[in-house]
Amino acid sequence: MCLAIPARVERVEDTAAWVRLGDAQVRVQLDMTPQAGVGDWVLVHAGFAIQQLDEDDVRAIWESLGELDAARLNEGATP
Amino acid sequence: MSTLRQRMSALLAVLNAEADRLDRPVNLMEVCGTHTVAACRSGIHALMPNNVRLLSGPGCPVCVTAQRYIDALVRLGARADVTLATYGDMVRVAGEGGSLELARSNGADVRVVTSTIEAVDIAQREPQRQVVFAAVGFETTAPASAACVLEAQRRGLTNFAILPCHKLVIPAMRTLLDDPQTRIDGFLCPGHVSVVIGSAVYDEIVARYNRPCVVGGFEALQMMESVLALVRQLVAMQGGARARNENLYPQVVRAQGNPHARALIDRVFAPGDSAWRALGVMEDSGLDLREEFADFDAFRRFGIVLGDDREPPGCRCGEVITGRCEPNDCKLFGTVCTPIYPVGPCMVSSEGACQAWFKYRRARMKISAPRREEVTA
Ligand code: SF4
Repeated sequence: MCLAIPARVERVEDTAAWVRLGDAQVRVQLDMTPQAGVGDWVLVHAGFAIQQLDEDDVRAIWESLGELDAARLNEGATP
Repeated sequence: MSTLRQRMSALLAVLNAEADRLDRPVNLMEVCGTHTVAACRSGIHALMPNNVRLLSGPGCPVCVTAQRYIDALVRLGARADVTLATYGDMVRVAGEGGSLELARSNGADVRVVTSTIEAVDIAQREPQRQVVFAAVGFETTAPASAACVLEAQRRGLTNFAILPCHKLVIPAMRTLLDDPQTRIDGFLCPGHVSVVIGSAVYDEIVARYNRPCVVGGFEALQMMESVLALVRQLVAMQGGARARNENLYPQVVRAQGNPHARALIDRVFAPGDSAWRALGVMEDSGLDLREEFADFDAFRRFGIVLGDDREPPGCRCGEVITGRCEPNDCKLFGTVCTPIYPVGPCMVSSEGACQAWFKYRRARMKISAPRREEVTA
């Protein structure tokens, strides 16, 4: 329940945004990252962006989460 | 040999050398369920020096949720006018009256959501239903619960409520350290909880108990680095140094956390007493809805009173989440209790220590000794 995944903001609508997670576009709330705009990276957790991230840091985070996240998705767990 | 393996071997060599300088065996606790899963998946336990034990902590939200809360949810689900919205992990945990999954098979309207806003959307789409969101989890999920209450208020929904059962990490760490039965020498602090609350909050634990705290990432190497940082501190403390609070995950965890997320929690919730599995009722260890949002409190709306807890017979989850025993110390582990037929929440939850041990460690345990020698040679 505490796993979070980085994603890039593709579209902003009011207090929500559409981010890319793999092949899917997912709607996330920006209540906790109100400054995030199109092109910015955010850390997504249970339908909310919980932190804005520097692009430089994202690759490292992806590498660390990729394997774990894949396991979770295969097991059908919630984020 | 891959770069990753080279780095891991180098790290292990340093860790083993540092651990040799310890004058006693030490227990380190990973507080977060996601760390537990990551550690089991990557086989980190098997690589620990003989005098360093990595214990699982109370960081799996489903595992720490008291039985009485699950019972209240199941009872609520039995009402014909109520739709329960919940994160998927909660569905299979059994209370005395069974699980939400069982309730659903008996006709209860239980819906799994991946975001609290989905629960608000259900309430808006189906005004004839009373929609209740099971608001569980630590500080990572609490802002999302706060946001859904504000959103329901904004949309003027009178058929939406939450059943608040959030837990705060710091009081749990304090209780574990106050307990004479538990010996924890250092904490590997939860990564994503810390995104919200910030790394500075552990200063209190470090100062009051003189125990090192390290915030770290979830990759095997990052976890090893965190363990090394803790062991280094413990070695330095033998020479008289004080414990320190270190943040090894600064890419995502800032000292003050996420101010917007913290403000959301503070706007909607106030700290209140909360019942934890195994740890009992701890003062100010949970979050109650503020008076201003009482209309969104399912406890009040439905007059819910929490009962008592009765743990599944033979299950040692309480000891597992407080680091007093390990999953395979439980007689039911892997025999009566498996992920398919789980007895306790630690086997139900994808972040539970028993499930993580069952999935990833059972096979590895058999090869751990030679593998360790090979890596340390
Ligand atoms: S193995 Fe099963 S019964 Fe034993 S402590 Fe873990 S969840 Fe409980």
